[in-house]
Amino acid sequence: MTKADIVELIAEKTGFTVKDVKIVVEQCLTEIKDCLAEGNHLEIRGFGTFKVKNHKARKARNPKTNEEVMVPARKKAVFKVSKELNNILY
Amino acid sequence: MNKLELIESVAKKTGQSKSVAREVLDSLLDTVEQTLVCGHTIEIRGFGAFKLKRRESQRARNPRTGETVEVPSRFVPVFKPSKKLAEKVDK
Repeated sequence: MTKADIVELIAEKTGFTVKDVKIVVEQCLTEIKDCLAEGNHLEIRGFGTFKVKNHKARKARNPKTNEEVMVPARKKAVFKVSKELNNILY
Repeated sequence: MNKLELIESVAKKTGQSKSVAREVLDSLLDTVEQTLVCGHTIEIRGFGAFKLKRRESQRARNPRTGETVEVPSRFVPVFKPSKKLAEKVDK
């Protein structure tokens, strides 16, 4: 399932034009990305929360060469599923 | 940020009404949900992918009573951010 498929599906379900749906979907995604980039979290009730988590620097090993490398501390976007959605998937 | 703020911001920037923004967002979330329920992966280029991952059954302890309980294996959804998003976040 790709973005084009999703947009078409949404257009079909809602009855809006593909063009309008595409603009709104793109903006939704951009908005979520920008929100995360600023370090804020975004909670969507009944769906889940997107937030930024700090990961500490750690040692890792390159499995091919067996060489030890340092992974620097970084920030990662994580998604925590809501209880409601989790119960459906369970 | 919550859903309402997201809807308001999207409506403002796209020039669409809030009800349109809400309906499209709801439909988008519903699509992601349904795809996962069906057991499929949903990938949105430039954003990330939602997948289901199997978690094996494990033993856990009820912290109050101290008794050991078996947690059955189950599927948990995971989100893998796209490279673009990962880079954007890690700045």
